[in-house]
Amino acid sequence: MKLLFKLAARNLIGAGRRTWLNVIVLSFSFIIIIWHKGILNGWESQAKNDMTEWETGGGQYWQSVYDPFDPFSLTEAHSAIPADMDSACSKGNMASILVTQGTIYPGGRIQSILIKGINSNQKVLKIPGALFESDSSEIPAIIGSRMAADNRLKTGDLITLRWRDKNGTFDAGEMKIIGIFNTNVPMIDAGQIWLPLDHLQKMMGMPGEATILVCKKDSKVIASDAGWNFKSTELLQKSVSDMIKMKSVSGAVLYLILMSLAMLAIFDTQVLSIFRRQKEIGTYIALGMTRFQVVGLFTIEGSLNSVLAAILAAIYGIPLLALQASKGMSFPGGSKDFGIVMADKIYPSYSLELIGITILFIMITTTIVSYLPSRRIAKMNPTEALRGKLQ
Amino acid sequence: MENSKIISIEGLKKTFSTTGGKFTALNGINLEFGKGEFTGVVGPSGSGKTTLLNIIGSLDSPSEGKAIVLGKSIGELNVKQSAMLRRSQLGFIFQSYNLLPVYTVFENVEFPLLLLNMNDGQRKKMVLDSLEWLGLTDKIKSMPSQLSGGECQRVAIARAMVKKPEIVLADEPTANLDAANSHHILKSMVQLNKEFNTTFIFATHDDKVIGYLHRKISLVDGKVAKDEITNN
Repeated sequence: MKLLFKLAARNLIGAGRRTWLNVIVLSFSFIIIIWHKGILNGWESQAKNDMTEWETGGGQYWQSVYDPFDPFSLTEAHSAIPADMDSACSKGNMASILVTQGTIYPGGRIQSILIKGINSNQKVLKIPGALFESDSSEIPAIIGSRMAADNRLKTGDLITLRWRDKNGTFDAGEMKIIGIFNTNVPMIDAGQIWLPLDHLQKMMGMPGEATILVCKKDSKVIASDAGWNFKSTELLQKSVSDMIKMKSVSGAVLYLILMSLAMLAIFDTQVLSIFRRQKEIGTYIALGMTRFQVVGLFTIEGSLNSVLAAILAAIYGIPLLALQASKGMSFPGGSKDFGIVMADKIYPSYSLELIGITILFIMITTTIVSYLPSRRIAKMNPTEALRGKLQ
Repeated sequence: MENSKIISIEGLKKTFSTTGGKFTALNGINLEFGKGEFTGVVGPSGSGKTTLLNIIGSLDSPSEGKAIVLGKSIGELNVKQSAMLRRSQLGFIFQSYNLLPVYTVFENVEFPLLLLNMNDGQRKKMVLDSLEWLGLTDKIKSMPSQLSGGECQRVAIARAMVKKPEIVLADEPTANLDAANSHHILKSMVQLNKEFNTTFIFATHDDKVIGYLHRKISLVDGKVAKDEITNN
C-alpha cells in the first residue's frame, strides 16, 4: 500500500499541469464549502447570541394564555407575578414584560402596534431601560431603529397612543419617544414600543402583572408555577435554527455544483489517463503488479488530487479565511429589513469539525469518482494494453 | 553453460476470437528451453512469436496444452501467482521500451525492486550495478523523454536485468533501433547472458538479432517449422 501511495504521488506530480488544474478546481471547492458553512455557522451563533441578549434571555415563562401568534389572546394574557419570580426579578435574575396591543398615529396615519412594558432597572436583556429614567409628563417610550425608520420617528417626537385597559375601556395619551436603540433582533423592534413596566401596568390597571418573565442567561430555572409555562431558549430560537438549516440545504446546491465540476474534472482525467496510459498499465502488469494493484494505483492517484487540493487550499485558504473571520463580512443595508436576525457584519465561524467533515467528504467523493473509471483496468487484457491497443 | 530445462511447452494451442471467427495463433507447440539459453523465436508477422512470449511470460494463458515455466504451469496460475512469477523471476524488454514516462532512469530501473520490497541500500546498489552494466551511470537523473532510442532500450534492459531474473523475454527489442544501436544492445545482452547465465528468449524477425542467437526457432502459422542450434 505504501508503495502504491509512493507511486501514485510520483505519477500525479509527474502529470504536471493536468494534475494542478484538477487540484486548483478542487481546492476552490474546499474553500468555498468551508467559507459558506463558516458564514452560516457564524450567522447562526451571532443570531442566537443576539436573540439571547435582546429577546429570549436564558428562557422565558409565558403566562398560560399568551400566544404570540394570536393577538386576540393578549387581552387575557396577563396575571400577577408569582412571589418567587418577583423576588428573582428584584434580584436581577429575571425581567418581567407586560404585553398589550395599542395604536399610534404617526404623521396622521394609524398604526397598530404592540406595547411592551419592561422594568427600567432590568439587566437581563439589553433593552436600554435606563432611558426611561428621564422626567417626562408624557408617556415615555423607547423604540428600535426599524420601528423609527418605518414610522419616521425620532427621539423627542410626540405621538398619540391609544390602548384599551383591562376593562376594555379605550384610553389615549401623548407618548414621547425618549430613545431609539439599535438591535439586530427585529422581533423586539418592528411594530412595537417599549414603556416602563410600572407605567404600562398603571395604564392598563394591572399592577404587579406581567405576560412574559425572562430568565437571566445561564440562570437556574425556577420550577414552573401554575399559570406560567416555561419556554426554553432552544424552543424560542428554533425559528432561527430552522432558517439556518434551510439555508444550509440551499447551500448544498452550491456545494453540489462545485463538487460536480471538480469531480467531473477528476473523472475525465481518470478516463483519459486510462485510455492514454494503456501501455503504462500493461507495463505495470508485466513488471509484476496485479491488475487490482494497478486499479488501486489509479484510484489512489485520483484521490490524491484531494490531498493536494487540501494542502493547496490550506496554503491560500487559511490566511483568506482567517482574515475574513477577523474582519467579518458586511451585508447590504437592506438586509436589516428582511425580518431575520442578522448582524450588520457576520463573522464566519470555522470549527475543526466543519473542516474535518468537509475534507473527509471531498476525499471520499474523490476516491469514489477515481475508482469508478479505474475498475476498467481490472477487465483489461495486459497483452493488448502493452501494445497500447484501446480496449 | 546451458543446463536444466526451465521452460517446457507441450501441445500448446492459443486461439483468439475475432470478428471474422476464431484465429489460431499457436497450434500445437512443443518446445523446451534450458537455463542460460540465448534463443530467438523468428518468423513473419502473425506467426505467433509474441503470443508464445506472452504465454511464457504469464501475461496470457494457453487455450490448450501446457506451458510450464520454472516449474509452474502457466494455465493454472491465478492472477496473484502469475504476477508473483513475473515480479520475481521474469524480465521483459519491449519493442517500444515501455519506460514509465514520469520516472527518471534511476526510478525506472528501481521499479521492479520496489515491487519486491527490497530495502533502500540494497535497492540502490542493485540499480547502480545494473546501470553500470549498460553504461548508463551518467543518465541516472534523466527522464526517458531526454534519451535516444538506444539509450531508452538500454534502460529497459537494465530494468529487466536489475533483479537478476531467471528468464528475460525480449519482444522485437531492436525493431526501433538503427544498426549501430542494435549491435550495442545485443552485445550487452550477450554479455549479461554469459555473466549471469540468464535465459534470453527473443521474438524477432531482425537479421541482426538472428546473428547473435545460439538457437533459432522458426514459427510459421503458429507451428514450429524449424528448431536449430546456430554457430554463434
